[in-house]
Amino acid sequence: METLFFAIITLVAIVSAILVISCKNPINSALALVMTFFCLATYYVMLDAPFMAAIQVMVYAGAIMVLIVFTIMLLNIRVDATKKHSHKILLGSIIGFFTLINTVYILMKSHAAAPTGPFTGDMIKQIGHTELIGQEMFTKFLLPFEITSILLLVAIVGAVILAKKKL
Amino acid sequence: MLGTYLPILLVVLIAIIFGLVALTFSSLIGPKKKTALKLSPYESGCAPVGTARERFSIKFYLIAMLFILFDIEAVFLYPWAILYKKLGVFGLVEMGVFVVILFVGYIYVWKKGALEWE
Repeated sequence: METLFFAIITLVAIVSAILVISCKNPINSALALVMTFFCLATYYVMLDAPFMAAIQVMVYAGAIMVLIVFTIMLLNIRVDATKKHSHKILLGSIIGFFTLINTVYILMKSHAAAPTGPFTGDMIKQIGHTELIGQEMFTKFLLPFEITSILLLVAIVGAVILAKKKL
Repeated sequence: MLGTYLPILLVVLIAIIFGLVALTFSSLIGPKKKTALKLSPYESGCAPVGTARERFSIKFYLIAMLFILFDIEAVFLYPWAILYKKLGVFGLVEMGVFVVILFVGYIYVWKKGALEWE
């Protein structure tokens, strides 16, 4: 059941990811990218990380998407401004295909498993995914967390300076 | 594991079915009298002028950008809210510093008039 669900979601993710790069209209590409983000959010749910899934939808499918759409609007890309480069497509496909074969070969050959960390699946289920993230973030990674606020502050100031006509 | 998310899946399914049914029935039952006026793009009742694919004012972009930054700030509040009792005063001070730094940014935005529509 779960494997089937995973297969369906993966299929949707791959098809929408192909649509992102093959759509003529950049707005359609952006919408396809939203679909891909939703599929990734579903993966997070399947990995027992519902908080990450919610963030993925809120920040990526919502906020980052707004930015991408606005960039498209600011750049004023015409629909038929694209040119076809068939030889580049062929070359890219060949490289991609061989990379895929190489990756699959290495994955099939190696049996090495990473050592188990302190956060096992059962522990995450028992304590709660969001709580564990918070615990680490507010104790062990206290400084990076506070620095994030400085980063956001810089971004706020930068956005105002770049986009405001009269300062 | 997926069993607990079954209600969400059901809601998504109902939403898809509702949308499809509404669109299908309105196209099946609704009258179709195509005139040039009816087929023209709707622009708030005004006569359409030019293409919709124009360059937009950067003012929209600024608002979107500020929304995203404060949105990300709000994201950090969720795990903190869950751990609020466990972290106690330490957590309160910690989040206080975080919020105050961003509040400085908010005051900057406000004083620069970036929230004004001019």
